[in-house]
Amino acid sequence: MMGSLAFVTPLLLIGLIALPILWWLLRAVPPAPIRRRFPGVALLLGLKDDESETDKTPWWLLALRIAALAAAIIGFAGPVLNPQQDRAGTGPLLVVMDASWASARDWSGRIDRVEALLEEAGRAGRPAAVVQLTDLPAGDLPLQAASAWVARLPAIAPAPFAPDYTAATEWAGGLTGPLETYWIGDGLAREGRRALAGALSDLGPLTVFESGRDVLALGPPGFEGEEIRLPILRLAGPGTGPGAGPATVDVIAHGLDPAGLPRDLARLSVDLDAEPPEAAFDLPAELRNRITRFEISGIRSAGAVMLTDDALQRRQVALIAAQSEDETQALLSPLHYLRQALAPTADLIEGALGDMLLASPDVVVLADIATLSPEEEAQVVDWVERGGLLLRFAGPRLAASDVAREEAGPLMPVRLRAGGRTVGGAMSWGETRRLREFDDTSPFFGLTIPEDVEVSAQVMAQPDPTLAERTIASLTDGTPLVTRVGLGQGSVILFHVTANAEWSSLPLSGLFVEMLERLAVSTRPAIAEAEDLAGTVWTPEQVLDGFGTLRDAGIRPGVAGEDLAVAPLSPDLLPGLYAGGDRRIARNVITADTVLGPASWPANIPVEGLDVTEPRDLMAAFLAGAFVLLLLDALAALWLAGRLSGIARGAAVLAAVALAPGLAEAQDAATDDALALLATEEVTLAYVITGDDEIDEMSRAGLQGLSNTLFQRTSVEPAPPLGVDLETDELAFFPMIYWPVTADQPLPSAAAYARLNAYMRGGGMIVFDTRDAHLGGFGSATPEGRRLRALAAALDIPPLEPVPPDHVLTRTFYLLQDFPGRHISRDVWVEAAPPDAEQIEGMPFRNLNDGVTPVLIGGNDWAAAWAQDEFGRPLFPVGRGFAGDRQREIALRFGVNLVMHVLSGNYKSDQVHVPALLDRLGQ
Amino acid sequence: MSDSALHTPDTLRSRSEAVAASLPPLLADAQHLAATVLLGVHGRKRAGTGDEFWQYRPAQAGDAYRSIDWRRSGRSDGHFLRQTEWQAAQSVMIGVDDSASMTFTGHRSRPSKLRRAQTLAMAVAILAIRGGERVGLTHMTDPPRGGQAQLMRMAAALMDGHEQSDYGAPRPKALPMGSRAVFFSDFLGDPAPIETVLGRAADRDVKGVVVQLLDPDEEAFPYDGRTVFESMSGAVRFETLKAKSLREEYLARLAERKDRLQQAARRTGWRYHCHHTDGSAEATLLWIYQAIEKVRA
Repeated sequence: MMGSLAFVTPLLLIGLIALPILWWLLRAVPPAPIRRRFPGVALLLGLKDDESETDKTPWWLLALRIAALAAAIIGFAGPVLNPQQDRAGTGPLLVVMDASWASARDWSGRIDRVEALLEEAGRAGRPAAVVQLTDLPAGDLPLQAASAWVARLPAIAPAPFAPDYTAATEWAGGLTGPLETYWIGDGLAREGRRALAGALSDLGPLTVFESGRDVLALGPPGFEGEEIRLPILRLAGPGTGPGAGPATVDVIAHGLDPAGLPRDLARLSVDLDAEPPEAAFDLPAELRNRITRFEISGIRSAGAVMLTDDALQRRQVALIAAQSEDETQALLSPLHYLRQALAPTADLIEGALGDMLLASPDVVVLADIATLSPEEEAQVVDWVERGGLLLRFAGPRLAASDVAREEAGPLMPVRLRAGGRTVGGAMSWGETRRLREFDDTSPFFGLTIPEDVEVSAQVMAQPDPTLAERTIASLTDGTPLVTRVGLGQGSVILFHVTANAEWSSLPLSGLFVEMLERLAVSTRPAIAEAEDLAGTVWTPEQVLDGFGTLRDAGIRPGVAGEDLAVAPLSPDLLPGLYAGGDRRIARNVITADTVLGPASWPANIPVEGLDVTEPRDLMAAFLAGAFVLLLLDALAALWLAGRLSGIARGAAVLAAVALAPGLAEAQDAATDDALALLATEEVTLAYVITGDDEIDEMSRAGLQGLSNTLFQRTSVEPAPPLGVDLETDELAFFPMIYWPVTADQPLPSAAAYARLNAYMRGGGMIVFDTRDAHLGGFGSATPEGRRLRALAAALDIPPLEPVPPDHVLTRTFYLLQDFPGRHISRDVWVEAAPPDAEQIEGMPFRNLNDGVTPVLIGGNDWAAAWAQDEFGRPLFPVGRGFAGDRQREIALRFGVNLVMHVLSGNYKSDQVHVPALLDRLGQ
Repeated sequence: MSDSALHTPDTLRSRSEAVAASLPPLLADAQHLAATVLLGVHGRKRAGTGDEFWQYRPAQAGDAYRSIDWRRSGRSDGHFLRQTEWQAAQSVMIGVDDSASMTFTGHRSRPSKLRRAQTLAMAVAILAIRGGERVGLTHMTDPPRGGQAQLMRMAAALMDGHEQSDYGAPRPKALPMGSRAVFFSDFLGDPAPIETVLGRAADRDVKGVVVQLLDPDEEAFPYDGRTVFESMSGAVRFETLKAKSLREEYLARLAERKDRLQQAARRTGWRYHCHHTDGSAEATLLWIYQAIEKVRA
C-alpha cells in the first residue's frame, strides 16, 4: 500500500535538468589506460589494434552514472512517504477507552494512538480529556491541555474486568456538548455498547478506533477423566483473516515446585485452528495439586490467565486394610467400596503405613485396623497433628480387640464397649437400625438418607460426657454411628461400622459417597453457588491486574460470599484468589458462559484502525541507492580498464569470508553424513585421534591389521578403520573405539565426555591402551598412566578387575589366557563381574557379565602388534624370532576375540546353556 | 610462498642444494675429453691416465720394459703390465641471462625468471661438482674449477649485479674446447646473438642445452582493456586500446620465436627446452641432467 509522496525541498529537483549535459560530458571522456610492465612487449611491437571499442564511454555506464546522479538529486530533495495529514476538528476532545482486559494485549498500541490523537489536538490547541470506561471520573469531565494528558498516559492501565456501559451511558448523558469523541474500543460485543455510542454521538462527532488483533482468552478448567481441559476462546480481529494470527499458542500451567519456588510446571502447544481450540493437560496428581494458575504464554491480559482453586485439587487418600486381600473376594474386601467411592475423585495410594505417610497423604483410611505399633502410632499422631485426616472403620477385629477400652487414646474419638452389638440378625433381637436425620451441627447436615440404608452390627461407644459433641451421625436409637475428635490441626473420625457391606448397607448407598465428600475425604467442590456462600466473607489473597499479573491483595476489604459467586467484576471485586476458612475460591475474568463476539457499531459511526502511519523519510534510501550505483560505476570502470582481476579476487575473498560460517556448517553436515555412511555400511573399527600424528598413524595401521585378520579368519569383514575426533564426531556408529593414551593428550570437553558416556552406556567399548607395558600400580607409575587417570576421571566407568580366567573374552573366538600386544603385561582390566556371579555346575566358569564390558584398559601397545602395511606385512618388531611371531599371532587372536566380544556380547557365555536347552527341546 | 621473487647470496646456494639433492650425481660424458686432458677424480672404467689401479695385463710385443710390473711378473712365468684407470673430468659452462627482463614475474606467488634460472644453474653446478666435474660461469673470466669452493664463487658471481639492458644474450667469455654448456635466458630479445653463439660453440666442439624460461603470463597473455605495455626498464613502450585482441598475434610471434631457437639448437647439435616458472624446477633439472648425458655421442 503506497501512500503519497512529498518532497521537503522540491526546488532541488530542477537539478535533474542538468543530466543531459552530464551525458554529453561523460561521453567525451574515455577511461584511462592501465600501465603494465611486460617483457614480452618486444614481441608486440608493430602490432595494430583492429578495433577501438573502449575509446568512448559505453552507453550502459553512462546510464548507470546518470541514474546515480538522479538518485542523489532526488535524495537531497528530501522525499517523504506518507506525510502526516492533519485531522481537522475544533472544540474540546474526549477520548474514551474501553480499557478492559481485552485491550491489555496491545495496550501500548492503544496508548500510542491516543498519544498521536492528543498531540494532534495539542497542535490545534484543543482541550482534551481521557476517560477509561472501566474507571469513570467522578464529577465533571477532566478537560485539560492535551500535553498534560500526554504526560499522564503512561499511568493509565487496563482494568481486569469489562466496562459497565449502563453506568457509562448514564455518565455520558450528564455531559454537555459540543464534544468530539474518539472511542478506543476493545472489539468485544457487550450489552449497552450501542446505547453508549448513541449517547456519545449526541454530544458531537464520534470516531471509533479498533485494533485488528485477535482477542484470546483462556476458559475455566474442566475434568475429563484424568485430563484437565481448558477451552481457548478466540475472537479473530477484523484485520486478520482466518489463520492470519499465530496458528498455535502455548498454554502454561504455573505453580510451585517442590522447593516452593514458582515456576512453569507444564507447557502445552495448542493449535488455534482446531475446533474447538482446547488445552488438555494430563498431569500426575502431585503436579496437578500444585498448579496455581494457567495462562496463555506471551499474552498479557487478565483474560489469558485462569487462576485455580481447590476445585482442581484431588486429595491423596491412603488406604490400609487389615487382611491381605488375595485371600478374600473383591466384594468382601474392606476397601472395595472405599475404592469405588473414592477412585473417581481422589488419588488412592496403598502400601505400608510408614511408606504412605512419607507421601504425605491428605487422608489415611484404616479399615478395621485395631492396633498400630507404638512407632507407627507416634508417626500417625504426628501426621494428624500436622493437619491430616484419619478415617477409621470398625470391624470384627476392632470389636474383638481391647483398643480404647479404658481410655480413648489419641487415635480413637470415643471409648468403645467390648464386643459391639448385632441387631436384626437371625440370632439377635430387634430390627436392623436406620440412620437418624443429621442435625445442623453435623457436617452431614442436609444430606438425604435413603430408605434402604440399614445397620445390622456396630461397635458401641461408652457413654461419656463428650460423646454427644463428638457424635456427628447416629442411628435412630441414638447410638453413635460416626464420631469425630480433633487432634492438633487434624481430626480423627470413626465409622462404627465396617467399610464393606458386612455390617451395614451404608457403603452400598450413594449416601456413603456424599458423606465422604462432606468429610473432605474426596473433594471437588463444583462452582461455588451463591446460596452456599451466603453469609460468608472472603478475603482476597491475590488479585489480577488488567495485564494478567498476579499481585498481593494487600489490605483490600473482604467480599461477601454471594457477591463473590455472582456479582460482576468491578473495582471492588477484582479477579483473584479469595480465601475463607480453609477453602479458597478463585474468581476469574473468563467464566464458563463467557462468549467472545465482535463488537457491532451503528452504521453512521466511522471505525478506524489503531495503526499510526508513520511518515517515512526516503532521503536515506535514495542516497544509499546513489552510493551503491556509484560503487557499481567504479567497479564497471575498473572492469572496462581491465584492472578488475585483483579486485575481483579481493571481493571473492570478502564474499567467502562472509559465507564461510554457512559453508562451514554445510560442510560439517556433509562430513557428518559422510562419516555416518562410511561407518555404518560395514562394521568399522575406530580409533581416537590423539593429535600425535605418529600415534594416530600407528592406531590406524594397527586397526587395519586387525581388520585384515578379521577379514581372513572370521565372518566379520570390516571396512577400513576410521579416526574419530571426540569433539566433533558421532561415536554411536562404532562397535569399538581404540584409544591410545599419550602423556600430553588434551582432555576432551564436557560435551565430548557426555557423548563418550552415552556411547559406553549404549553398549560401545573403549579400549584404553597406555602403551607403556606397565600398569602394575594401575596408572600411577608412568606419565601415560597418570594421563589415563585424568582422562577417565569424568567417564562413567564401572568397577574394574583384571580379566578373570573365565571371562568371556578368553573364549569368544580363540581360547586365550594372555592378551599380549607389543608388550606382554598380564594386567588387562575389564568391568568387574557382579559379586553374585556363581559357578556354573559342571563348567569351569561362572555365570558372568551380561553384556559387553564398556572399557578395557591395558598397556600392551596392541596397535603396534597388529599394525600392518598395505601389503599385510607387520610394521613394528614384536619380541624376538619365533617367539615374537607367536606373540604377534596371540596379539592378533586377542584382537579377534575382542571384536567378537564386542559384536556378539556374552553369546559364548550363553553357550554353556546349550546342553540344557537341547535337553529341554529333546523332551 | 614465503620466499621472495629474487635470490639473495645467502639463500641461493641452500635452495639450489635442496633442488639438486633429489638427483644422482651428474656424470657428463667423457668421450671427447681426451682433448681437454684435464684429470678428474672419477674413473672411466677403462685403462688410461690416472692414479687408481685398473688391471694387470700380459705384456705384449712393443711394450716398454720400464712399464712392466716386476713384482707381479715375479709371481708367475709371464710378464705383466700394471695399468691405471683412466680418470678425466668434464667442464660444464653455465650461462645465466641477468638482464632486466629476467626479473619479471606475473604474480607474487611465482619466483622471477631470474631467480628460477639462478636456482637451476646452481643445481646443475652442484650436481656436476658432486660428479667430480668442473664448473664455471660463462661470464666469469676464471677457468672452470671443481670443489665446493667453486660453488661459493659461482653463487657470489651469479648475484653480482644485473645487467641494465632490457634483453640479454649469452656472451660467453670462455668456452673450453669440448666442454658442456647450459644457457638460461628468456630469449625474448634479438635472437641473432644466440644463433651466433651457438654456431661458435659448435665450432669449438661445445655442446649443451638452451633453456628458455618464461613466466606463465608471457605464455598466456591474460591482459585486456586499454593498456600501455612497458619493458622492465621502461625503454620500450607499446600502447593498445584492446589488449585482448592482440593475444592471437602475440602468441603466434612467441611460437615463432621458440621455433627459431629450436632450429638454431638443432642445427648445432644443442638441445632446447622451455621452462615455465610456475612449473617444478626438479623436472627441468632432470631434463637438463638427461640432456647433458645424452649429448654423449
